[in-house]
Amino acid sequence: MTDITKQSLSELVKNIKNKKLSSKEVTKAYIDRSEKSKELNTYITENYSSALEMAEKFDQKPNLDLKLPGIPMAVKDLFCTNNIRTTAGSKILNNFIPTYESTVTQNIWNEGAILLGKLNCDEFAMGSSNETSFFGNVQNPIDKNLVPGGSSGGSAAAVAGQLTPITIGTDTGGSIRQPASFTGTVGLKPTYGSCSRYGIVAFASSLDQAGPMAQSVRDCALLQEVISSYDPKDSTSIDFKRNEYSKELTNNIKGKKIGIPKEYRIDGMPKEIEDLWQKGIQYVKDCGAEIVDISLPHTSYALPAYYIVAPAEASSNLARYDGVKYGFRAKGENLIDMYEKTRSEGFGTEVQRRIMIGTYVLSSGYYDAYYLKAQKVRKLIKNDFDEAYKKVDAILTPSTPSSAFKIGEKTDDPVSMYLNDIFTVPVNLAGLPGISIPAGHDTNGYPLGLQIIGKAFDEQNVLNIAYAIEEKINFKNKITDWWIK
Amino acid sequence: MSIDLKTIKHISKLSRISVDEEKADKLAGDLNSIFNFIEKLNQLKTDNIEPLTSVVETTLKLRTDEVKSKDLREQVIKNSPQDNEDYFVVPKVIE
Amino acid sequence: MSKNNSEYLINRKDNQYEVVIGLEVHAQVLSESKLFSTSSTKFGAEPNTQVSLVDAAFPGMLPVINEFCVKQAIKTGIGLNAKINKRSVFDRKNYFYADLPQGYQISQFKDPIVGEGKVILDMPNGQKEVGIERLHLEQDAGKSIHDLDPQNTFVDLNRSGVALMEIVSKPDLRSPDEVNSYIKKLRSIMRYLGTCDGNMQEGSLRADVNVSVRPKGSKEFGTRCEIKNVNSIKFMQMAIEYEANRQVDLIEEGKIIDQETRLFDTKKNETRSMRSKEDAHDYRYFPDPDLLPLEVSEKFIEELKNDIPELPDDKKKRFIDEFKLSSYEANILVSDIDIAKYFEEVVAKMGKNKDIKLAVNWITGELFAVLNSKNLEISQSPVSAKNFAILINLIKNGTISGKIAKTVFELMIKGDKDPQKIVEEKGLKQQSDPKALEALIDKIINDNREKAVEYKQGKEKLFGFFVGQAMKASGGKANPQLINEILKKKL
Repeated sequence: MTDITKQSLSELVKNIKNKKLSSKEVTKAYIDRSEKSKELNTYITENYSSALEMAEKFDQKPNLDLKLPGIPMAVKDLFCTNNIRTTAGSKILNNFIPTYESTVTQNIWNEGAILLGKLNCDEFAMGSSNETSFFGNVQNPIDKNLVPGGSSGGSAAAVAGQLTPITIGTDTGGSIRQPASFTGTVGLKPTYGSCSRYGIVAFASSLDQAGPMAQSVRDCALLQEVISSYDPKDSTSIDFKRNEYSKELTNNIKGKKIGIPKEYRIDGMPKEIEDLWQKGIQYVKDCGAEIVDISLPHTSYALPAYYIVAPAEASSNLARYDGVKYGFRAKGENLIDMYEKTRSEGFGTEVQRRIMIGTYVLSSGYYDAYYLKAQKVRKLIKNDFDEAYKKVDAILTPSTPSSAFKIGEKTDDPVSMYLNDIFTVPVNLAGLPGISIPAGHDTNGYPLGLQIIGKAFDEQNVLNIAYAIEEKINFKNKITDWWIK
Repeated sequence: MSIDLKTIKHISKLSRISVDEEKADKLAGDLNSIFNFIEKLNQLKTDNIEPLTSVVETTLKLRTDEVKSKDLREQVIKNSPQDNEDYFVVPKVIE
Repeated sequence: MSKNNSEYLINRKDNQYEVVIGLEVHAQVLSESKLFSTSSTKFGAEPNTQVSLVDAAFPGMLPVINEFCVKQAIKTGIGLNAKINKRSVFDRKNYFYADLPQGYQISQFKDPIVGEGKVILDMPNGQKEVGIERLHLEQDAGKSIHDLDPQNTFVDLNRSGVALMEIVSKPDLRSPDEVNSYIKKLRSIMRYLGTCDGNMQEGSLRADVNVSVRPKGSKEFGTRCEIKNVNSIKFMQMAIEYEANRQVDLIEEGKIIDQETRLFDTKKNETRSMRSKEDAHDYRYFPDPDLLPLEVSEKFIEELKNDIPELPDDKKKRFIDEFKLSSYEANILVSDIDIAKYFEEVVAKMGKNKDIKLAVNWITGELFAVLNSKNLEISQSPVSAKNFAILINLIKNGTISGKIAKTVFELMIKGDKDPQKIVEEKGLKQQSDPKALEALIDKIINDNREKAVEYKQGKEKLFGFFVGQAMKASGGKANPQLINEILKKKL
């Protein structure tokens, strides 16, 4: 049998169901590898001993009808987990232990999975390189001193480095798809309203969405069918018919119309990205799909609109971190002094920057010029997609305008950092599903991703197209285990 | 447009984040470059566009009026930085 | 301009000022659970025992709206003759305070659930219409307790998240009396509807009072000050009086009135500025992205309309028409739903041959006096409506006199006994047998022959003496009407 941690989720599930592997063996294999991989700095909080206990308990009375029977997995540290520290990558929640469980993680445990630990991420999911975490950088398993992307950087690195078979991240402007692209893994941002936001530390409520990250499209599909559920505890959760995505997964995309938006061909885009895109177009043609040129005319306004809406919502969502009820508190002379010191010492630079932007755009006299304007632009962007979907079934674009960059390369220039999300942000603004799949390498051998954007609630179609392309590409991630001594 | 130090002080007050001179300078620089980028939106005419209130095309669901939450005082206070078992405790508020 | 001398004006040397008042009333919605969470709203629980993870704003917690609170707000809107908005939006009002766990209050800013309406006040000089600007739903905050510890403030979040209706009036009120009448009317309407218990001691009803003054006859509004969170009508009236005079003094001295938020100090009986201007609030309202717009259908509203009970104005009209009451009497009886209920039950229990005037006099007289002296609400009346009705009937059919009835009533208060039984047990039945009374009177005339002669000679005052003697001889039980008749005949 191949090395346990090299197996796909589907293989692991099969082997546990066939009793070729026990949950404990699998859990131990991932723990062992994680222990040897501390240099990647993927884990904020480890749950190893209790994971082993749970695996043993599972093996004593295995319920093999479950979708994730005894499968160990680590999750982004933005999901509140009962009795296990949840930090959101921030000092301000450094010591916070929830007494409740997020709906998405609960769905996962209900299907038999076991929590390995909590994965590093940008502070409050604000970042594109995992460099804003209070708990330090995450190393990309692809190469030393390379960022894994963000904000779900720990999650992407853990999957790429085989420290967890699958994981979940959250995506507000590209936080699943961009790190997936940077690490040669698959990441799906579902339709807004597909996965409950209950128990997920909020960044920007109208954009946040949890989603699966895995080594393959099939594994992603299986995890998506586990985490997606209608949840009355989230007023924005949608009650629609959810597929068994993994069961209905097919590579037959014959006759599907795939749109190619000309506005995604941006100035200064590296040739290797353009080449990758062309390769992708050829693959879907080879699968029998039809290519249609489309226009999404307001694409270039998406990022500026995003940097109004997301910080505005964040400035309000993060007001609850005030040192009163939980988390870090700085000493203060009086209440206001305590607030100001707590929030100044408790939040990192990027989070403070975004709270300031958000506060400013909502403040008296600026609301119409910024926030209202951005919401109008958002409408235009959504209209663009609605128009396009009259002609096509899905849209194919690159996931990112470049491959992974070096740690520290963009930390002093927020705008150049923000530009990383230029292809992913419009999808969040319109609430659509989007997936990033690895599709090639740049000249350094760093992975590059393609993004497939679907209609709302059409995750199945997105997954099918991704599945078909994945088969054609036969991508191999170049992981050398450089960090294991 | 340009965000000056006075504005930085004002928004730091509104957002309850203390900002010293050095930090204010750095923030003003960063925010100006970000707003420079955001100003691109002004090129777009949006007079007759309805703002998007929610990407989700559905209405608000209503729950029935039932008390389900029990006494969670212990749980709720457990994580607080300073407590006396019954209350959340904060430094004196000066009105 | 001045219609009559009941106009409330503030006089200075040569000038007269009119006071302009608008109220923002915060009425706690009567519901089992909170507006966006499932914790209890019960008053008086141990601190922080009715706080859910949502109320304490734990990370990742989300609001889910309570349907009943929405219905309560719409019903109140209907009761205020107001426009119900089929689409309304919840906004976040952002500010930091120890008892505001989210760092924002969920409220309705641009699109409230209820639009313009009106209420009618009965003032001594006629009716007055007060415009309602809007009614919206919002969350209550928790409670900061400053006096338990010298260094610290304690926070109790039991109230955090309880549903409030903020009812904003137009600046139509002109005097403390009108404010009194307006609050009472609102309270009455909401108690009829069962949407707010109106209990001011428990804070279920409180108001921010906007006050400005202007020279009499002026059409323009002066600069207003907002007096925050006043929780009794008396304090509202005192605060208005103080604040209006303060503003007039400033104008008279040629000074400027700052638009500001003020606090009413109930110990010193004065208002004072609450926050410095530098700290002026910028609430940064924006639609709450955790909630979708609230949409209600025509059918939803219609069903609620069918559920609306008879409200004070209609009830008053009916009482006047059906029971031939005066406007004054009807006002008293409809002012509170429990009084109206009691009265209507008495009417029903009195049966066919009823004397409604007599019942009204007894309710507003004897019963109210007892309730007042014992500091009871009518719902806690020691005499049930049923027994009260029997008592009135006993008077009406001549079984007991009004005077005896008072004695019976005293006994009823002590244990809500059937007055019929009291009358029988104590032998208080009125003596109405003419023969027996004639014999009794004959004896009295015989015993007081000189007085009888004086009476016949024209000293008519003595008639009362004979009545008194007869009543005394009968132990107060003689039918006074019969006594009168017999005496007139015999003397």
